[in-house]
Amino acid sequence: MLRGMTVEAMHIANGIVNGPVSGAFAVISLVALGFCVLRSRADLDDRLAPMAGLVAAFIFAVQMLNFQVLPGVSGHLLGGTLAVILVGPWVGALCVATVLIVQCLLFADGGLTALGLNIFNMAILGTAVAYLLVAALLRVLPKTASGVATTAFLASVAGVVVASQGFVLQYWLGGTTELSLGAIAATMAGVHTLIGIGEGLIAATTVATVARVRPDLVYALRRFRRPAVTARPVGASA
Amino acid sequence: MRRRTFVIAGLIVAFLLAGIVSNFAASSPDGLDSAALRGCTTNAEGRITGGTCMAQKEQEHQLGGGPLAGYGIKGIDNPYLSTGLSGVLGVAVTFAVGGGIFWLVRRRRPVA
Repeated sequence: MLRGMTVEAMHIANGIVNGPVSGAFAVISLVALGFCVLRSRADLDDRLAPMAGLVAAFIFAVQMLNFQVLPGVSGHLLGGTLAVILVGPWVGALCVATVLIVQCLLFADGGLTALGLNIFNMAILGTAVAYLLVAALLRVLPKTASGVATTAFLASVAGVVVASQGFVLQYWLGGTTELSLGAIAATMAGVHTLIGIGEGLIAATTVATVARVRPDLVYALRRFRRPAVTARPVGASA
Repeated sequence: MRRRTFVIAGLIVAFLLAGIVSNFAASSPDGLDSAALRGCTTNAEGRITGGTCMAQKEQEHQLGGGPLAGYGIKGIDNPYLSTGLSGVLGVAVTFAVGGGIFWLVRRRRPVA
């Protein structure tokens, strides 16, 4: 096993989870991404498409910025929460998946065999949890820059911890060494709570900045408008 | 700020982060890697020398010999230049691939 001196991202390498389980998750991820493509068309128009490309490029950049969470342990943003707040759940999952595919194919980061595992954890599972939390929180919190920043922080912590437990599930199903699953789950949850806090600070700063400059570009603020707006009689002007 | 200006400004930020700030990123193994190495001893090169851990049967990346593998550019000896340029290329490729796919699958405006 070789570890370079350069940046490494939090992606599963080859040979940690066995072939059949990796293959099964590749199929699950492929089907899920296909579903996201179908659903994303409702959101994707001439305005959202370049914004979604930017979100993917931005996540790639920030994933290179590992921050120290414990002595000898670092972490980096996964980006799911940032993506779902800015471009919605379906396009957001596709943004994270795009980043993971580019990293795997061009930068040899995250095993090729493990690509389905990584997409499932970070682009699908973590992103889905983040979106459900965002949707719930924005029904309660104010639809302002600070409200969406608070939402981003909380959803990031939850999304990252759940994504890390996705790995624990995969390891339980097809881990290549015999180790205590409880210890792995606890280690992963503990360190990813810290990483989630780091991700939360970055995501909150980013979405708050966008919400101040161009609030109309924040999907979560467009999507969860105040009831007064939606209560307007629809057919009145027709 | 116009939408196009916003996207260009965002890309410039991404290029700066991946091209320059990336050189100041923490170099310790990340959360998953460090958890995967728990229980094993490693030498100075990071190779496992003994013990039992999740990463024990880890295999080399199939594309580990690629020109950008490990976030550097093969042939550029200056580590800052190598990491920074690979980051800039990664941002450009991700924007082109992601933006391109989203542009292709987008909903066209109905022809009135």
